[in-house]
Amino acid sequence: MAREYVRQIEMNSFRRKVTLWQKLNIDPYLLFLLMVLAVTGMSMLYAAADNPMYSLKRQASFFFVAFLVMIFIAQLPMRFYKNSAPFLYLAGIILLLLVPILGTGAKGAQRWLAFPVIGRFQPSEVLKLVMPLIVAWYLSPRVLPPKFKYVLMSLGIIAVPTLLIASQPDLGTSILIASSGLFVLLLSGLGWRYMVSAATLVLASAWPMWQFVLHDYQKGRILTLLNPERDPFGAGWNIMQSKTAIGSGGWDGKGYMEGTQSQLNFLPESHTDFIIAVLAEEHGLLGVIMLLFIYVLVIARGVVIALQADTTFNKLVAGSITLTFFVYVFVNMGMVSGLLPVVGVPLPLISQGGTSIVTLMVGFGLLMAIASDKQHFSR
Amino acid sequence: MKRDQTLKNSHYEQQVIHFRLVLALAIVGLLLSVIIGRFFYLQIIQHDVFLTRADSNRIHLQRIAPKRGLIYDQQQRILADNKPSFVLSIIRDRAEHLDAVLDEVLRLGIISPSDIERFHQRKHRFRSFEPTPVSFNLSDVDIAKVAVNRVRLPGVEIRANLARSYPYSHLLAHLAGYVGRINERELAKLDQDNYGASTHIGKTGVEKSYEEFLHGTVGYEYVETNARGEVLRNLEGVDAIPGADLELHLDIDLQRIALEALEGRRGVVVALNPKNGGVLAMVSSPSFDPNEFVHGISYDSYNALRDNLDLPLFNRALQAQYPPGSTIKPIMSLAGIEEGVYTERTTVKDPGWYKIPNNKRLYRDWKRTGHGDHVGFVDAMAESCDVYYYHLAYKLGIEKIHHYYDEFGLGKITAIDLPGERKGLNPSEEWKKSQGRGSWWPGDSLNIGIGQGFLLATPLQLAYATSIIANKGERLLPQVVSKIDGEVVAPAYLPPLILNDQTRWLKIRRAMEAVVHSSKGTARGIARNIDYRIAGKTGTAQVVGIAQGEKYDAEALQERNRDHALFVGFAPAESPEIVVSVIVENGGSGSGVAAPVAKKVIDAHIRKLKRIQREQESERRRLEQQLKAQQERTNG
Repeated sequence: MAREYVRQIEMNSFRRKVTLWQKLNIDPYLLFLLMVLAVTGMSMLYAAADNPMYSLKRQASFFFVAFLVMIFIAQLPMRFYKNSAPFLYLAGIILLLLVPILGTGAKGAQRWLAFPVIGRFQPSEVLKLVMPLIVAWYLSPRVLPPKFKYVLMSLGIIAVPTLLIASQPDLGTSILIASSGLFVLLLSGLGWRYMVSAATLVLASAWPMWQFVLHDYQKGRILTLLNPERDPFGAGWNIMQSKTAIGSGGWDGKGYMEGTQSQLNFLPESHTDFIIAVLAEEHGLLGVIMLLFIYVLVIARGVVIALQADTTFNKLVAGSITLTFFVYVFVNMGMVSGLLPVVGVPLPLISQGGTSIVTLMVGFGLLMAIASDKQHFSR
Repeated sequence: MKRDQTLKNSHYEQQVIHFRLVLALAIVGLLLSVIIGRFFYLQIIQHDVFLTRADSNRIHLQRIAPKRGLIYDQQQRILADNKPSFVLSIIRDRAEHLDAVLDEVLRLGIISPSDIERFHQRKHRFRSFEPTPVSFNLSDVDIAKVAVNRVRLPGVEIRANLARSYPYSHLLAHLAGYVGRINERELAKLDQDNYGASTHIGKTGVEKSYEEFLHGTVGYEYVETNARGEVLRNLEGVDAIPGADLELHLDIDLQRIALEALEGRRGVVVALNPKNGGVLAMVSSPSFDPNEFVHGISYDSYNALRDNLDLPLFNRALQAQYPPGSTIKPIMSLAGIEEGVYTERTTVKDPGWYKIPNNKRLYRDWKRTGHGDHVGFVDAMAESCDVYYYHLAYKLGIEKIHHYYDEFGLGKITAIDLPGERKGLNPSEEWKKSQGRGSWWPGDSLNIGIGQGFLLATPLQLAYATSIIANKGERLLPQVVSKIDGEVVAPAYLPPLILNDQTRWLKIRRAMEAVVHSSKGTARGIARNIDYRIAGKTGTAQVVGIAQGEKYDAEALQERNRDHALFVGFAPAESPEIVVSVIVENGGSGSGVAAPVAKKVIDAHIRKLKRIQREQESERRRLEQQLKAQQERTNG
């Protein structure tokens, strides 16, 4: 009993001691890991970009803005996000509906909306963040695991933006958005029977999907995945060259800036979606494992935040954000190494691109808000 | 445990979510190990495969053309050189409006419309970032024009490469030959590897026959390229081995004297060194500029050369086949005494004609009044008495005549180291039958006995046959190249022609000296102002047959129907240094036209040798005196 008491005292005293980080609502572990990723990403970008100094400066300014946004997001209470979720969701849907009317396109897809002052942005990015919030908002007041009608309703909430984005068409983003909503549903204790029947449904719908839904370029990517030599100078070129870059790296790689595939421009998109191939070529399997280790730490930290969160809403949102982050990593590395079709998912925080960085960092801002929300609650 | 489904159970919810989170983490771990497994498979297990693929992506083999060997004359003067030549090329990627750029270059007068036409044919063989040649051999003015207008000519590039150059131009066109662009037919036969970087190949002359020595061995270079195939840097490689330099027996001074001696007439001079068979001079007139062929001769220029009645492209020395006329008589005389038909004391009566026993046809002597009642061995040669040789030919018969002509190399190639040599024609009974021209008549033998009729020989064959006489039976085959990369090429020879009495060579030579040095000799005109003796024989070969009883009138005949003038000879007679055969087409008379040409060549050569001898002598004397003075100084 005495020992138990002592521990109680210690814990209380620990609880009461509020650190500087807690005052700032910043999770130092996550912050450190994200900074490591940012530095790693910029050094890889410097090696891969055609115009290294320009790309580096651009990426650094994106990170600067993104870290500020993250810290800002972390300051607001979760209550605010929970309450504004339905409005954000509706706004997101309206913006998505505007895209085909007002949007501008690139590479045969309309994804962008141009606004005065804010500039060009993708409404789908907003949905990436709103999706876990809205599904968690919908499910958290219900008795969990959710009943069938709530499951159906949740699926409806997920399906509307997913289909809108898939029709832009942007398969990569719609996968990310759908999975961020589905993760909430899965974490909320969705029955195994649903999952099995859903899996069956997906498999059964593969043929009609192929016939009626998928665009030719998407079919081409899948065919190319199955057989890259089908079109070695067209669609298969990317996969063949990235596999060559990865494979030629070996254990410890060819050395920084020494990768022939990337430095001699054999590797396409080397600074964006295919940047992991540059890392694999120049730093080898050891470099890849080290990067994965950092990602695992980020995910582990996210899971810990979810486990320690006090409300169901916070747990569901934190879990979804963390797992969606993993989906980025898995889909990107899977497609670059030829395991998955090329769907246009960047390697999180490493690939060049301001939008994805800001979106991801907003997500981490939410994670930090959740981490500090727990402390507010328990005080 | 039964639970109430309608009430919210926070504790149970948390348990479910925590369980799911941990489960998700496990799945994350599983999927990450799939990713790591995939990278392990690519990077470790398949490493060699992909490393090879990455290297073959970036590393390409580039061939380097070897430098072509140079050609020198006997005194180290360069006859065929490699000179920088400027090529105008266009990199199509850099020329935004290709046609506009081409028009601009055309407007500046640097290229012709046919260059543009050929550029469009050629461009498909080059990639768009590679310089595609438009015009070769730019002048300094062209280069300056491009430099000044650089701004208006995006993508236009001038690059220097080595091109063959023949400084002696017309003087050596046939002998040295020329190189030209490799054509499709040649490409099919060539070693694709060794010629992978070469653009030119020997087409004629020494350039063709010594192609394998002159070309050299291709070099290799591994180059690193980017995805567009542009060369970024050179890795290791094997240097190209330059072609061998050739030294010819030729004396370019003598060659010039020979060409000038022909004074622009159609004709040939072949001069051999009897001591080794080396070709001292070989001139075929008219000639052409071989440099035109190196950069691709224009159609107009080529057609003009090809259609020229004087056949400038034709190497008369070894491709033209002439009736040798009286220049064949030394062989006939030798055959006569060697076969015992005549002795050197036998004389014949020459009334100006000859008649085969029991035959009405008259065989005329060139001198209508005849050469007198007692024409002997020496006079027959000196005066070129046809009747004497009609007698001889009749008595020898075609079989023996054919045999002796054959021994002197007629009717077969001399195997000179030049391409395109013709065999000439040494007729025989079998040959006439095989040609379907009926059986052999004694009259055929008579014509062949004076070097007419079916008999044909190239000027080279005549020079070679004469060299056998000069060498007293030693048969050294004519040869152009004396050294390959400094290594002496051994003279080529056939077994010597040994007579039953070797002094007969001397008798023939004496008779040939009489042609030049006796008062009756047909070539006595060239004996003036020389302090050595020339042995020779004139010849005048009919181009068109003259019918029986018809009078020969040189003036009346068309210029091209006039007789060919011939001369063969060697000097100094007692120890020959030079053998010459001269043919002046439609020159009229051998003694009047061909012999003076031969004399100029012989005299120039002998004078040069004497000068060199004198110089060597005085140099030796100077050195001796120097040595003596030195010795005296050390002694004193």
